[in-house]
Amino acid sequence: MAGFKSTENYIATRDLEVAVNAAVTLQRPLLVKGEPGTGKTVLAHEVAQSLGLPLIEWHIKSTTKAQQGLYEYDAVSRLRDGQLGDPRVHDIGNYIVRGKLWDAFDSAEQTVVLIDEVDKADIEFPNDLLLELDRMQFFVYETRRTIVAKQRPVVIITSNNEKELPDAFLRRCFFHYIRFPDRPTMERIVQAHYPDIRKDLAREALNVFFQIREVPGLKKKPATSELLDWLRLLMVEDLPPEALRTNEKHLVIPPLYGALLKNEQDVHLFERLAFLARRGG
Amino acid sequence: MFAHLVLGLRSAGLPASITEYLTLIGAMKAGVTEYSVDDFYYLARATLVKDERHLDKFDRVFAECFKGLEPPEGVEVQDLPEEWLRKLAEKLLTPEEMEQIKGLGGFDAIMNRLKELLAEQKGRHQGGSKWIGTAGTSPFGAYGYNPEGVRIGQDESRHRRAIKVWDKREYRDLDDTVELGTRGMKLALRRLRRFARQGAATELDLPDTIRSTANNAGTLDLKMVPERHNTVKVLLFLDVGGSMDDHIRLTEELFSAARSEFKHLEYYYFHNFPYEKVWKHNRRRFEETIPTWQVLRTYGPDYKLIIVGDAAMSPYEITMPGGSVEHYNEEPGTVWLDRLCSHYRRSAWLNPTPKQSWGHVRSITMVNDLMQHRMYPLTVNGIDEMTRELSR
Repeated sequence: MAGFKSTENYIATRDLEVAVNAAVTLQRPLLVKGEPGTGKTVLAHEVAQSLGLPLIEWHIKSTTKAQQGLYEYDAVSRLRDGQLGDPRVHDIGNYIVRGKLWDAFDSAEQTVVLIDEVDKADIEFPNDLLLELDRMQFFVYETRRTIVAKQRPVVIITSNNEKELPDAFLRRCFFHYIRFPDRPTMERIVQAHYPDIRKDLAREALNVFFQIREVPGLKKKPATSELLDWLRLLMVEDLPPEALRTNEKHLVIPPLYGALLKNEQDVHLFERLAFLARRGG
Repeated sequence: MFAHLVLGLRSAGLPASITEYLTLIGAMKAGVTEYSVDDFYYLARATLVKDERHLDKFDRVFAECFKGLEPPEGVEVQDLPEEWLRKLAEKLLTPEEMEQIKGLGGFDAIMNRLKELLAEQKGRHQGGSKWIGTAGTSPFGAYGYNPEGVRIGQDESRHRRAIKVWDKREYRDLDDTVELGTRGMKLALRRLRRFARQGAATELDLPDTIRSTANNAGTLDLKMVPERHNTVKVLLFLDVGGSMDDHIRLTEELFSAARSEFKHLEYYYFHNFPYEKVWKHNRRRFEETIPTWQVLRTYGPDYKLIIVGDAAMSPYEITMPGGSVEHYNEEPGTVWLDRLCSHYRRSAWLNPTPKQSWGHVRSITMVNDLMQHRMYPLTVNGIDEMTRELSR
């Protein structure tokens, strides 16, 4: 199987490549953590694309139950059908609704399964999926059937660290923490997304971007996705690089800052700092 | 094969298990990576570390286990410019040692000694004391020495890559023993919430009852769930004034963010050490003081007392009547702290100063003894330990 490598649209560091390839080869889930906006979810798309496999996405919410990923028994419609005398009621299989994992297990070709933001769910959620992810099989009580994966899917799990995951679950995964990209990596990422961006504009924008990240006390530091949005805006507006140029010491509020600072307190903080810098300088 | 790595990790407090070790071996066998040290490092990291808080520890243990294992493009001894080596040697070696080395004669000997010294220094730094940080005269910075790890000759023009990946220690700020930052707040908050949720009376679970009744085709089936009960009452004593203010603000924010989870949260301020008076509004601290006796009477023993302060003061402030810096106290601080601790069955002291330096300050040791070692650092880990102690 061809290994996972950086693609045109996605710059993966070497350690990420190793982690993904290890997970794919040993058929174990890969747990990805990292600052918001560093491309955790996009990773699954890229892995699916580079391996040429279909992607099944399962987005987790606070109300999601592990069971919903496997199957659900729709008892209410069965009750209703029973009262209406529908003949379908005799086969309980008619009321079993398949979940995402069932789809993945049942697929004839191998799939990539993305379990997105696993930490959003209840604290017991990962525990309920232990066996299913380990053996890639589960048992349907209502129909007394065991569903076994035809092809073990590549499972990618992302977490934003809102809840701690149980040890038993972690032990079965490979783990990768996406670090915030350093400047050279960031330049490559920008290049990958906007190949025709003006060199000087990109340089100035990155200067401003990393300067903003350095500002102490920001509630939400802008991350890769914010930078890319901002760059697109800058390109659409066709701003000259001079508009971004900063005097080393001076902090200026960048144009179209709304794409970078998502929090009004951050904007206030920034304005105050810029004001102080102007006055002090 | 790499058992010593796993053992090293375990003794450093990283929960690496046999399963993970076998996975690592399996991955090596399956040829997941090319034969390169860096790739092996990445693979081992992805297999054995499951939490970014442990990444830094992993880097340290890895460096320790594979000392001498360097990528071929690593530091070449010959590459070290002799001039700065000599300067560094002057700085690190005593004159006697210099003599000795002259006696031994030779570049290699100096180099080895230097390596030893650097290794020692690194070890001490890991121990957490600020050996390098406080030295001040550091010739290291100028010559590419970085306290995050031994980076000799980081000058890129001379060496393409002089540092080993794991020596970069890039994950230091993810370690949960560091002081609370904005990111740590969230985690700490979660620990506090866990602390707040306890008690298990049962109540009727309506949705589940309906579901199981439907499953039973209409026969009533009652389901119960444990009730979430916020029973924890917290009394917070905060040290204000001077260097503590930043930490106090952080702590206040932390606890008020978790406020909804507590049944009661009350806080009072004091300066340096709790005596017979505390106050509720820091701005009017001299007009509106509240006798500590009144606090003791108002809030019963079921409150959990958390005192936040750096406990750094003159020992007299603790042991002597009249020791307070602000007023004349009739009774010494020890009496008051004892009174508080014996009244409140569960109490703890949170200290924002790093734990490593506690031993150097006499008053911190004294307070810690008075608290019967229930003093915890203001870190995610510390809060975790504290909540465990308080909810026992």
